[in-house]
Amino acid sequence: MTTVERTNGGQRWQQRKEWLIEALIRVSGISAIALIALIFIFLLREALPAFGQLGASDFTNSRWYPIEDKFGLAPLIFGTLLVTIGALIMAVPVGLTTAVYLGEFAPTWQREILKPLIEILAGIPSIVLGFLGWIALAPIVQRLGASTGLTAFTGSFILAYMALPTMISIAEDALYAVPREYRDGALAIGATRWQTTWRVVLPAARSGIVTAIMLGVGRAIGETMAVMMVTGNAANIPALAPDIFFQPVRTMTATIAAEMGEVAQGSLHYNVLFTVGIVLFVITFAINSIAASVVGRSKPRPRASL
Amino acid sequence: MLLLTLLLSGCGPAAGEAADPPGESVGQRAIQNKGSDTLVNVALAWAEAYRQVDPTVSIAVTGGGSGTGIASLINGTVDIANASRAMKPEEIESAQANGINPVEFVVAIDALAIIVHPDNPVERLTIPQLAAIYTGRITNWSQVGGNDADIILLSRESNSGTHVYFLEEVVRGGEESEQIFAPQTLFMPSSVGITSEVRRNPNAIGYDGLGYVDPEHEKILAIAEDENSPYYEPSVETASNETYPIARPLYMYTAGEPTGAIQEYLDWIRSPAGQEIVAEIGFVPIEETP
Repeated sequence: MTTVERTNGGQRWQQRKEWLIEALIRVSGISAIALIALIFIFLLREALPAFGQLGASDFTNSRWYPIEDKFGLAPLIFGTLLVTIGALIMAVPVGLTTAVYLGEFAPTWQREILKPLIEILAGIPSIVLGFLGWIALAPIVQRLGASTGLTAFTGSFILAYMALPTMISIAEDALYAVPREYRDGALAIGATRWQTTWRVVLPAARSGIVTAIMLGVGRAIGETMAVMMVTGNAANIPALAPDIFFQPVRTMTATIAAEMGEVAQGSLHYNVLFTVGIVLFVITFAINSIAASVVGRSKPRPRASL
Repeated sequence: MLLLTLLLSGCGPAAGEAADPPGESVGQRAIQNKGSDTLVNVALAWAEAYRQVDPTVSIAVTGGGSGTGIASLINGTVDIANASRAMKPEEIESAQANGINPVEFVVAIDALAIIVHPDNPVERLTIPQLAAIYTGRITNWSQVGGNDADIILLSRESNSGTHVYFLEEVVRGGEESEQIFAPQTLFMPSSVGITSEVRRNPNAIGYDGLGYVDPEHEKILAIAEDENSPYYEPSVETASNETYPIARPLYMYTAGEPTGAIQEYLDWIRSPAGQEIVAEIGFVPIEETP
């Protein structure tokens, strides 16, 4: 817009337009918060009748067997945490090293092949991976010495595979966003390429990397079908032993998926399944908040030191 | 979860229209049939064969479990609910509260086969032994004459009619009790989940409808009521003469006394022609009923 056109009326029009655009942006920004609030309110509304009928002792029961009104949440929470932690142990090292390799070391031609391939990985439907886990991975796990192939480890492995593409892409983007001057500066004062990556680029990309890991956790905690197919769905708390990952477990998501289709609407079991949903919601919320505070603390970024 | 939907229609325009009220419509008549995964194979076979009998009737068969079928009958969205267990009193009450009076038909008999891996040396078990195994009081195969290995328990999900039947008749031995499955029991989402795990796990034990078991790949155990009773293997014969202890009727429920196409269909199912299909699928035909 040229200065000639900026008459009094033009300015008012411009102001109105900007006000409108600002309002639209504000509404869409707030709508995300409103949606989360609505989801929570809806979950709470469906779950509340359960709190009226059951006390804390019912939820801390060690058994989950809804047809006999045993609603102990501990085995389900434990199952979800075990499978998720297992997935992270496998996915974080592999994901971050892949991202570092792609972002810092790989020659251009390799990047051009690897990046699209990783994106294809992200597009594989989870049910397909679950099926592969069931027919291919589970027999291998069993041959390795587990009493059955349907274990927390089998679920973790599939989840790690599923979380990897997200983790790699976002971590690599974070590395890419680190200004070139950081690297140049480090190299100029005599740091090796590895020192530059480890001491300068990675700390600078810290918040993006934490985001990458968190999105991976989100993928792992929320995944349902694949986990239901390969973890055995035994609502059991395995003993704390070295083989803890090689025991069958039942996750919260698989429980909701397996049981929601069959319960009578409005029954106690129905309400308790929504309670399970709330617990899942709260856990994800807590993890994200912790992650956000970790990211927040890193500002201002610590000075890179060699 | 097995959600096999087969819409058997004669391509008539009315067949697939969701706007049709369940039951009869002019010309093409549609029957909605839903429920037990145990019954779904035989229900599909019936629906398919019935197309030859009466081409004007199209039958849509869906699985999902006995609970799902009964819930749909209560909500008035299906004409016939398939169930591998009888309706519970509270289900009948809520149906009546909706103005629906469920009518029960026994359409086949199912024998539950207890299956293990073919390499497992155990040949037979008693009901009390099975109860002890599934409640976790017996945890090693050597306690029932097998190898020294932990028993891997397989069960259907708790919403399956088969699960409820097994709980009441085997785990609790047909008596009032608080016994439930051991926590380490693996809950499989489908019948196929149980057979495939039994095929590859030498220490697994599972139960499945006779129609789903393949004796070439799974070993079927002989079962006795107790240690003083004779052992029987499940078969059409031992189930129909009630010598095999774990056999149960399979049901179809209609909303009120059936009329028209639904009545004709149910009559045909219970006729020798319909029961022949029952035997082909691997279930046990019912005696001729009037």
